[in-house]
Amino acid sequence: MEAFTEKFGIGQPVRRKEDQRLLIGGGVYTDDINIEGQVHLAFLRAPYAHARINHIDTTAAAQAPGVLAVFTGRDLEKDGVGRVESNINLKQLDGTPIFKTQRLALPTDKVRFAGEPVAMVVAETAFQAADAVELIIFDADQLPAVVTARAAGAQGAAVLHDELPDNCALHWQNDTPDAYDAVAAKAHKIVSIALTNNRVVPVPMEPKCCIAEMNPGTGRLTIYAPFQGGRRVQGAVADLLFDGERDKVRHVSDNTGGGFGTRSKIYPEIIAVCYAAKSLGRTVKWLGDRSETFVSDLHGRDQVNSAQLAFDADGKILGYRLETLVNIGAWVTENGARLAIDGGGRIVGGAYDIPVLYYSCRNMMTNTVSTDTYRGAGRPEANYIVERLMEKAAHELGIDPQELRRRNFIKTFPYTTQMGMKVDCGDFAACMDMALANSDWAGFGPRAARSQAGGKLRGIGLASFLEGAGGRPEETMRVQIQEDGSVNIICGTFSHGQGHGTVYSQIVSEKMGVPFTAIDLIQGDTDTAPAGASGTYGSRSSQMGGVAIIRACDIIIEKGKVIASHLLQADTAEVTFEAGTFSARGGSVTMAEVAKAAHDTRRLPDGLQPGLDETYHYTRDGGRDDQSFPNGCHICEVEVDPETGAVEMLAYSAADDCGTVLNPLIVHGQVHGGVAQGIGQALCEHTVYDEETGQLLTGSFMDYGMPRAHHLSHMAAEFNPIPSTNNELGVKGAGEAGCCGAPPAFVNAVLDALSSLGVKHLDMPLTPNNIWRAIHQAKAEGETH
Amino acid sequence: MSIEVSMKVNGKPVSAEVEPRTLLVQYLREHLGLTGTHVGCDTSQCGCCNIHLNGESIKSCTIFAIQCQGQDVLTIEGLAEEDGTLHPMQQAFWEHHGLQCGFCTPGMVMVACDIARRLPDADEKTIRHELEGNICRCTGYQHIVEAIESGIKAMNARG
Ligand code: FES
Ligand code: FES
Repeated sequence: MEAFTEKFGIGQPVRRKEDQRLLIGGGVYTDDINIEGQVHLAFLRAPYAHARINHIDTTAAAQAPGVLAVFTGRDLEKDGVGRVESNINLKQLDGTPIFKTQRLALPTDKVRFAGEPVAMVVAETAFQAADAVELIIFDADQLPAVVTARAAGAQGAAVLHDELPDNCALHWQNDTPDAYDAVAAKAHKIVSIALTNNRVVPVPMEPKCCIAEMNPGTGRLTIYAPFQGGRRVQGAVADLLFDGERDKVRHVSDNTGGGFGTRSKIYPEIIAVCYAAKSLGRTVKWLGDRSETFVSDLHGRDQVNSAQLAFDADGKILGYRLETLVNIGAWVTENGARLAIDGGGRIVGGAYDIPVLYYSCRNMMTNTVSTDTYRGAGRPEANYIVERLMEKAAHELGIDPQELRRRNFIKTFPYTTQMGMKVDCGDFAACMDMALANSDWAGFGPRAARSQAGGKLRGIGLASFLEGAGGRPEETMRVQIQEDGSVNIICGTFSHGQGHGTVYSQIVSEKMGVPFTAIDLIQGDTDTAPAGASGTYGSRSSQMGGVAIIRACDIIIEKGKVIASHLLQADTAEVTFEAGTFSARGGSVTMAEVAKAAHDTRRLPDGLQPGLDETYHYTRDGGRDDQSFPNGCHICEVEVDPETGAVEMLAYSAADDCGTVLNPLIVHGQVHGGVAQGIGQALCEHTVYDEETGQLLTGSFMDYGMPRAHHLSHMAAEFNPIPSTNNELGVKGAGEAGCCGAPPAFVNAVLDALSSLGVKHLDMPLTPNNIWRAIHQAKAEGETH
Repeated sequence: MSIEVSMKVNGKPVSAEVEPRTLLVQYLREHLGLTGTHVGCDTSQCGCCNIHLNGESIKSCTIFAIQCQGQDVLTIEGLAEEDGTLHPMQQAFWEHHGLQCGFCTPGMVMVACDIARRLPDADEKTIRHELEGNICRCTGYQHIVEAIESGIKAMNARG
C-alpha cells in the first residue's frame, strides 16, 4: 500500500494516465466524430467590418446541388431564437449600469465586424455547403469602421450601436480621483508611463468545430464541441432554443485541443448550428477552418494604459493612478467588459502595497471581434503595467530596481487590496531571491561583455507578479467506489490538457489508499456531470474540484467506517482508517473489501443505504473575494542584434509560488506553456485590423506571429510553495502565472539591452522592425540634442 | 467526378473513391477513418498533419491524395508495435510530459522520428529549429524538446 502512494500520491511527478491514447492517435476531438446521416454546414461571413444589411439573397444557394437549407438571421428571428446578453452587472460611478447588447446568432440589421457570420447553408457534403455559400448575394451598405479603442472614443467616430453614441459601454471607476490627487500633491516624485497591452488571438490548436445531433424521437439535442465545461453551453442552448429546458440539451466532449479561456464561451456559431439541427431534425456538422477561427474566436488583451505612481522620499508608494481603455470589440460578451475590472483589478497593484488607488476603465466598442477571457484574463495586463512602471520608477528615482521592489512588496498577510481582495499569503522577496540565484543575476556582467565582444547587446530583466485565481466559488464532484474497489471520479470540470485524470487520481489515491491505476475520470458529458458542477477556467479545477473530491472522500471514509465496524464487530468510534485500510480491535479490512460489502445488502449494517457513492457540492467559505494568489518572480535574459533589431531569448528563470504542487511534472508544463504565451505576446504575436477597412490583416499563421520552439530558450522553473489558506489542499493554481511574469520580464530585459543606445520605451510586440525603429529614433534624438 | 486512389497506409493496401480535390489528410481522416492525423490550419504552417510518405515526413494537408497513388504512407496509428508497445519516441513524449491537449502531438511525434532519422546527433538548438514547422500552443515546447532529445537517444540505442 505504501509503495503506490509514495509513487502516485500528492506531490509526485506521475506520468499522465491520459497520454497513451493520445500518443497513438486515439484521441477523439470533435472533428474526429462522424455520425451516421450527418449533413454539413458552412457559414457566409461578413465581408465588411461595418455595414447596414439591405438584403441577403439565398435563392441561388438554395437550389445548388445537395443543399438542404439556407438560413439567415430573419429565419432565426421568425422562429423566436433568443438573443445572447452579457450578465455583467457593473455600474459607472454615478450608478448608470453597463450598456448591454442583445445579440442574435446571425444579425439582421447590421454587421459589426469583418467575419461575423451572416448566413448559413446546410448541404449533404461539406464541399457542397462551401460551394453554395459562394452563391449567396449579400447586399449591404458599407459604413465607416473603427477598430481601436482610442479611435472609438474620438469625435465623429463611427457608432456601432445606435443607442450608444459614444461607443463606451462602461466607464467604470473605483472611486473619484480625489484621494489620489491629494497624495500626489504631497509626493516626492511622480512617475508615469503610457503602454499598450497588444491584442492577441488565443489559438487553441484545435479549430472551432461543432456537431449538433437532433433526435427527432425524443426531441433532444446533443452537442459535440470543444468546450471547457459543458454545463454552460448546455444552459445557453437550452435558454435560446429550448425555452430553458436543460434536459433537452446534452453536451459531450471527449478530447479538446486547448482552451485558454476562449473555449469557455458561447459562440453564435454554436447556437446557429444547433438551430439548424433543430429546424431540420438532422445531425449537422460544422468545421470552422483556421481562418474562420482567427476571425471569429474571441481575442485577448487589447488595452491602452496610462499609469502613474506617486512615491515618497524613501521610494515608498503613496498612490497608484491607472487609466485604461479596453477594446471590447463589437458585442458586449460574457466577460469582455469585466476583465480589466474584476480580473485585472483583483491584483491591480501587483505584488506591491498600494495605499491609495484611482482606477478608471473605459470599455470601448469597435468593429472588431470581441475580446474576452484569454489565459490570465486581465491579470497579465495589470502585472505588465505595474512592472514596467516600477522598472521605470527605479531609474527615475535612482534606486536599484530590486531594492525598490523589496521596499514596496506586500509583507504582512492577510493583506486587503484597494479593490477589497484578501491576499492570504506569499513571500515575494523569497521568490525574487530564488529567481536571482537561479538566473545567476550576479554573474550577468561578464556574460554581457562576451555578447558585446560579438557585436550583440545583452540584457536581463525581472518581473514580480501577483495572480488571483479560483473563479466561481462553487464546484461539485462525485466519487464512486465500485464493487470491485475501483473508483470513478465523475465531474463537470473539464481537462483539455491539464491532466485532471492524473491529478484527481493522485488525490484520491493518497486520500483513500486506492491504487492509482484503479481510478477513472468520467468527464465531458452533461448527462453524467453532477448538478452544480461548473467547468474549468480561472485556474480553479484543483482548488475547487480537488477540494470537493477530498470532501466526498471524507464522507465515503466515514460511511466505510460504519461498514467496517460491522465487519470487524467493533464500534464505529473504534475504527481507524489509514492508507486504504480500516482497523479496529486488532482486525482490519481494506477499502476494496468494504466496497464489496457496501454493495451487498446482506452485509450492510441496518439502516445503511448500499453503495459508496458520494456527491459533494463545495462552496468556498469566503465566496468570490476569497481567491488564491499565485505569485512569483521571473527573470529573462536576451541578446539583441543592433543591426537588425532581432531579439534572441537566451535564458529564463521562473520562481513560482503556486501553493502546494500536486504533480511537479504537470505544473512545470503549465508554467512553460504560460511563459511561452507571454513571450509570444511580448515578442511576436500581434493582431492587426486595417484602420480604414476594418479587415483583420493577421488572420492566418502566415501573418500572425505564433511563438515557435526556436523563439524560446530553455526555461528553468522552480517552486517556492507557500500553501494557500483558502483551501485544504493548499493549491493556488498554476495555469495563468507564466503569462503574467513573462511579458514584463522579457520587455524589461530588452530595454536593459538597449539602454546604452538611449532607448527608453518600447511597446509589445518586440519585433525586429519595432526594435530597429526604436534604435534609430533614439539615435536621431541623441543627435539633435 | 470521383477517382479511385490506392496506396499503402501503415503497411496495408487501401483504396477509396474520392473527389480529385481531396487532400491526403482528408483521404486519411474521412475516407480511411484514421483520425489521429489532425488539421490545425489551412496554410501549411502548423504541422498537426505530419505523416511519413515513403519514409520522409511531410505535411499531409499540402498534397493531394492522388499524388500519393501507389505510394507508402505511415501515420501515427502505425507507429506503435502491433501489441501496443509504444514506439521509443512515443514513450519519450510520455515520460517527459511532451503533450498537454494532445492535438499537435501526432504531428510532433512523426516529425521527431524524422529528425532522429536525419540528425541522430541533434542537440537542443537543432531540435528547436527543426520544429519550425510545428506549432504547439500548450507546452511551451520545452518538454517536447526534452522528449525528442531522449527519444533520439532511445532510437539510436535500438539501432
Ligand atoms: S494542417 Fe497541415 S500544416 Fe497545418
Ligand atoms: S499539446 Fe496542445 S497544442 Fe501541443
